[in-house]
Amino acid sequence: MHKVIVTPEEVEKIAKLANIKLQVHEVELFASQFTETVDVINQLNEIDTSDAPTTYQVTGLSNITRDDVVDTSRVLPPEIALREAKLTHDGFFVVPRVI
Amino acid sequence: MKQLHELTISEVHEGYRRRDFTCVELVRHFLNRIEKYNPKLNIFLALNEHALKQATAVDIEIAEKGIVRDLLGIPMAIKDNFLTLGISTTAGSNILRGYLPQYESTTTRRLLEAGAIFLGKTNMDSFAHGSSTETSDFGPTLNPWNPDRLPGGSSGGSAAAISAQLATAALGSETAGSIRQPSAWVGVTGFKPTYGRASRYGVIAMASSTDQPGPIAKSVKDCALIAKIIFGQDAYDATSSPTPVEKYSEFLDKSDLRGIKIGLVKEYLLPTMREDVKRLILDAADKLISLGAVVEEVSLMDPKYAIGTYTVISRSEISSNLARFDGIRYGHKRDTFCPESKRRILLGTYTLSAGYYDAFYKKAEAVRTKMIDQFTEIFKTYDAVIGAVSPGPALPVGATKDQPMFGEMEDILLEQSSVAGLTGASVPCGFVDGLPIGLQITCDQFQETKALMIADCYQRNTAFNLFPDLDKTL
Repeated sequence: MHKVIVTPEEVEKIAKLANIKLQVHEVELFASQFTETVDVINQLNEIDTSDAPTTYQVTGLSNITRDDVVDTSRVLPPEIALREAKLTHDGFFVVPRVI
Repeated sequence: MKQLHELTISEVHEGYRRRDFTCVELVRHFLNRIEKYNPKLNIFLALNEHALKQATAVDIEIAEKGIVRDLLGIPMAIKDNFLTLGISTTAGSNILRGYLPQYESTTTRRLLEAGAIFLGKTNMDSFAHGSSTETSDFGPTLNPWNPDRLPGGSSGGSAAAISAQLATAALGSETAGSIRQPSAWVGVTGFKPTYGRASRYGVIAMASSTDQPGPIAKSVKDCALIAKIIFGQDAYDATSSPTPVEKYSEFLDKSDLRGIKIGLVKEYLLPTMREDVKRLILDAADKLISLGAVVEEVSLMDPKYAIGTYTVISRSEISSNLARFDGIRYGHKRDTFCPESKRRILLGTYTLSAGYYDAFYKKAEAVRTKMIDQFTEIFKTYDAVIGAVSPGPALPVGATKDQPMFGEMEDILLEQSSVAGLTGASVPCGFVDGLPIGLQITCDQFQETKALMIADCYQRNTAFNLFPDLDKTL
């Protein structure tokens, strides 16, 4: 497999997607480090997985449900839910404008 | 006569019963030790200011009812990624500096219900992103055997708390090595359960498909006692297993290992590994044989592939899990993440992004299937596999600098078992350069009893379960 070079532009793009602000030196550093890491990851192409399904979870449990009733033991009172927030208004979180 | 900090769980209970000491005396003893040694070792990030009051209540309970709860009056150190009501919880990160949880994790709630007393919260790699404690925003913990060395991680604080005897027992968590590797580096016993055996509710998430809480303690026996309390299905974690929890302690104290078949993993004796470390692992295999077990060489996939697989899976899950730190509902702004966390979030965003998802994420999850299949095959014949926990002893402070894959390299011998969701113990198996080396005893999913039984038999028949004299090492 050909070598994958992660460019500073790609790092800037994924940083925007991840909502993380990077310093200029971090963009350069991460680009070169990610290029090295992707090299290691690409070693996986040496393994034939054409016959292998993907495993996203290992327990095999599925559709674990509970009765659709309110469990008061895990309900946070509003004052506790809001306690750690920097900005609140009338019992709500204040969030940055998105539109 | 043993000093208070040297006692195991059952010895503490025996002392309470004989009125040799009170819980208040024991807790005060540990708090004094913490005051004396913590400034040097940086193990505790926060202390429980109610510990002595809780100890008083324990003494009253013992006087009135005796010891009817399994961990009554046992002073414990808790890794700082478990949410604990009334004790600040930071996961070693400035983004959560000053955060007071709104609810209690299932694991710590079960410990409290069993009567444990939390002395405080222990240092860790920031968000468990590391294998050294050096990515902690609050400085590294130092290794009690040699303060120029790291304790490993991410549960480095909890492991060092046991090695330095600043608590009777501790709680850690593991995503890929974070219980077993620090336990090996500081020479204590750590136990990682099968994925789904313990609840992840209230554990600050790293990689949700492999994260698991587990005990770090003075002995396999103590780990088994704690395991029985904290393992088991939890309605608050849909991935926790309904498989019943066994009374692990009742299966310990076997006089030999006759009938047990163990695989010594050939590939885990890495070509780059020091000969004296290899020697200790081969000696451990000989010991198991002398105890009656059959030990044969087995072969697994080259562990180098575990690095790529684990890196993709963990980074992808990290990028998703750490999206919740938006600086709105709790915690500080995302800029506050340490460089290692930024690196992991960004790499995960990259591996999950359009165009790369199939090449990286799906590929890694397919290799994961291959890893599981080969373990399934091996466990048809063998009860356990063994190898070193880590390629070598504890590395010097500063070793992680400019090493973005540090953790992956140090956990190379554990990653396959973690992505396969297996259970395993780390027990001390000797020393090189005055630093402990750990043996991994890894078993199939839900074979906790077997792993603990083998580890306990090995531990009782060897003399490596030692603790440093801090007045000499520091």
